[in-house]
Amino acid sequence: MTILSTKNLTKSYGKKTALANINMEIPRGRIIGLLGPNGSGKSTFIKLAAGLLVPTAGEITIDGDAPGVDTKAKVSYLSERTYLNDWMRVSEIIAFFEDFYTDFNRIKAENMLKDLNINPDDRLKTMSKGTKEKVQLILVMSRQAQLYLLDEPIGGVDPAARDYILNTIITNYKEEASVIISTHLIADIEQILDDIIFINQGELVLSSSVDEIRETRNQSVDGLFREVFKC
Amino acid sequence: MKWYIDSDRPIYKQLVEQIELRIISGVYAPGDKLESVREMAMDAGVNPNTMQKALAELERMELVFAQRTSGRFITEDLKVIEEAKKNLAVQEIGAFLEKMKKLGMGRNEILVLMEKIEEGEKDDDHIKH
Repeated sequence: MTILSTKNLTKSYGKKTALANINMEIPRGRIIGLLGPNGSGKSTFIKLAAGLLVPTAGEITIDGDAPGVDTKAKVSYLSERTYLNDWMRVSEIIAFFEDFYTDFNRIKAENMLKDLNINPDDRLKTMSKGTKEKVQLILVMSRQAQLYLLDEPIGGVDPAARDYILNTIITNYKEEASVIISTHLIADIEQILDDIIFINQGELVLSSSVDEIRETRNQSVDGLFREVFKC
Repeated sequence: MKWYIDSDRPIYKQLVEQIELRIISGVYAPGDKLESVREMAMDAGVNPNTMQKALAELERMELVFAQRTSGRFITEDLKVIEEAKKNLAVQEIGAFLEKMKKLGMGRNEILVLMEKIEEGEKDDDHIKH
């Protein structure tokens, strides 16, 4: 049932520890918010899961395997920054994804582009920051992955598109797949989350279901976050 | 119909309350088929697991029943709906009386005021018609 599991996962950059002894089990069929202040280790965690970084100590497994070629076929990753070539047209990037990922669903991608009024013939470099983000998210969500890793997926898009994107995440929800979303826009995504993980300074602070937080503390995740991470 | 989700109470509970209200007020009629969990979740903008939890609770309350192959339906047992309506009314009146107590309003004062307001509404109706 577990899609992602870590044992004493640790990552250091030189002397600086970015993640320390993280132990967690993420089941399938959940939408999880990975929440923490800037520099808490959210992106490091996601990059370790995506196989872009290698742990300094401990381990991380996706569907039982260490991140590698096999797990990359199961994981759909949205990076913080774009890695797509600016001169390419959206239609060309779609062809690229179709070649690269066997689980890519072109029709789904094209429908989403249409819904968000994005012309597939436009080149990325002519697009606003928000539109580029939408294109990337569409590509990532058009795969039939088992684990979606979304690093700050809604930061640059307007509220209406944000709603559409959240709806896209809910519609794509499948019992065998989980979605990990890292963000600081908690109030916006709280309604679609099953569980939350708070991390701070590389350490796991709290792991809970959203309803449990609301039930036992009578406050929103957003409210709890502000309390826990008060500056 | 719009869904209203507050930020500080469990989401599934709020969904239960709002679906219950729709059943009591007849928006969903007895025997009506509900949309799929996914459609309802999308409509409310919530996680499908949360909607699933709310529907399971409504099943437990016997306001909704599931048929293995064809989906979920609103109960056809009018007694169950009537009972839910009464329970809700009791709750609402309890909350109302609590507030009135805080305002220092006694039972008679409240009753007199209620009658006055009701008459006022009737007068308004006369003017309109």
